[in-house]
Amino acid sequence: MSYPADLKYTQTHEWLRTDGAVVTVGVTWFAQDSMGDVVHVELPEVGDAVSAGEPACEIESVKAVSDVYSPATGTIVEVNQALEDAPEDVNSAPYGDGWLFRVAVGSTVVLADLLDADAYETHCAG
Amino acid sequence: MDLLRTPFFEHHKAAGGRLIDFGGWELPVQYSGIMAEHKQVRSSVGLFDVSHMGEVFLRGPGALAAIRHLVTNAIDVPNGHAQYTAMCHPNGGIVDDLIVYRLADDEILVCVNAANRAKDFEWIRQNNPEGSVAVVNESDDWAQIAVQGRDAEAVLNSISSVDLSAVPSFGVVRGSVAGLDGCILARTGYTGEDGFEVFLPVDGAADVWPAVVHAGADFNIMPIGLGARDTLRLEAKLMLYGNDINDETTPLEAGLGWITKLDKADFIGKDALVRQKAEGLRRRLVCMVVEKRIARPHCPIMVDGEVVGEVTSGTKSPTLEANIALGYVPRRLARPGSRLQIDIRGRLAEAEVVKSPFYKRPY
Repeated sequence: MSYPADLKYTQTHEWLRTDGAVVTVGVTWFAQDSMGDVVHVELPEVGDAVSAGEPACEIESVKAVSDVYSPATGTIVEVNQALEDAPEDVNSAPYGDGWLFRVAVGSTVVLADLLDADAYETHCAG
Repeated sequence: MDLLRTPFFEHHKAAGGRLIDFGGWELPVQYSGIMAEHKQVRSSVGLFDVSHMGEVFLRGPGALAAIRHLVTNAIDVPNGHAQYTAMCHPNGGIVDDLIVYRLADDEILVCVNAANRAKDFEWIRQNNPEGSVAVVNESDDWAQIAVQGRDAEAVLNSISSVDLSAVPSFGVVRGSVAGLDGCILARTGYTGEDGFEVFLPVDGAADVWPAVVHAGADFNIMPIGLGARDTLRLEAKLMLYGNDINDETTPLEAGLGWITKLDKADFIGKDALVRQKAEGLRRRLVCMVVEKRIARPHCPIMVDGEVVGEVTSGTKSPTLEANIALGYVPRRLARPGSRLQIDIRGRLAEAEVVKSPFYKRPY
C-alpha cells in the first residue's frame, strides 16, 4: 500500500495532482485494492463539464461498479484512452499508467477538504 | 447480529482472505484476486470453503419414495450416486435447486443452498408423505469443502482413505480425509470442472483445510473465494438460486428440462410443468455476450426500445475474456445469434445470445 506524498487525496478515494490549472485524477491504492480486478473503465469524454463531488467516471471490477467523483469543477481536457485496452493498469499502477482523466479548472485551484498522504492513510485505517 | 463463521475462518484470515457478510456468513470473497483464483481452478485445482451450504438427511424405509415425490429428477441412480435436481412448488416455481445424494435406500442426503436452509427443511418436512421418514436438518453438524479442477483427484487421493479414481462423476462414498473419519466424498461441484465436494463432521474439520493445502502444494493449490466461485459457475451456466432461478421461474424456463422428468410418477409441480410444456414456454434463460460493460442482475433486456426481459447474472469471463450474462427473454429471441440490447445504468450495450454454456471442460 502506498500514498505518494506529492499527491492530494479525497475522502472518496481519488488522488489528484495539480499542474497549473490542470488536475490529473486517479483512484488510490486503497480504492483499487477494495475493488479487485478492474475489467472496464467508463471514461468521461473530452469536453464534458464536471463538478467537484459529482460522479465523472465509472470503474467496473468483477465484483462491482464504482463511481469516481471529480475532485474539481471544470472541463475534461484529456482521458486515459489506454485504459480501454488495459483497464488492469488501474490495479497495477494506480498513480501511474492507471490515471483516469484531466480536468481544466477556470482559475487557480482551490479545492476544499483535500487530504495529504498522511491524513488520507489515517482516513483509510479508520 | 453476529456473523456465522465456518471451522476454517482462522485459515481464511491467515491466508489474507477478504471477509465479507455473505448471507449472514463471514466468508472470503477473494484471496489473491478473482482472476488469478479463477484461472488456477480452470488450469489445475483450487480449494473452496462451502460450509455455509445446508445438509438435510431423510432417513427411514420411505426415504427414497419421499425424495422422489419432492424433486423433479427421477433419483433413479444406484445407491452411492448423486443427482442434480430441483424442488418445485405446485405451480412449477422453484423452491430450490439441490443435489440429492443417494447414500442408501433408507438414507438420502440433500445439499441445499445456504440462503434456503430453513425454507427447504420446512418444505421437505411438510411435504413428507411417509410417516416413516425422519427429516433431519444437520446443517450445523457438517462443514464442507470443495476441491475443484482437473488435479483435484490427485490432491485428494493422497489424503483420503478411499481410492477416488474409482469414484465416477456424481459418485459418492464414505471415508476419512486427512485422518478425519466419517466424511462423505462426492464427485460433484459448482465450477464446471472435475472435482469433489467433501462433507466433513464439523468437529475436527478445521485441520483438514491445511492438510489439503499441503497435499496440493505440487499443484500450487490455492484457496478460492466466493468471487471466483461465481465467475466459475457462471461460465459453466450453473444456476445461482435467487438470481437465475427462484420461486417465480420454472425449471423448463431455466433450461433445466434435463433434470425435469415429466414421465416419472407424481412429483410436486408435475401437473403445472406438463401444462407449461404443452402450452409452450413464453420465456427462456439464455446465455449472452455483452459488449464493453458488465450487465448486472435486473438490468433490462431491450429490443427496438421495448423491455423484453431482465438480466439475472453477469460478469467478466476470465476464460472467454468477454462480458457474459444470463437473462430471461421471450422464446422467439432465445436462439443463438439473436441481437439484443441491455440497459446498463441508463445506457444501452449491445448483446448477442450465444450457445449454452459459455464454458465446457476440454477433458
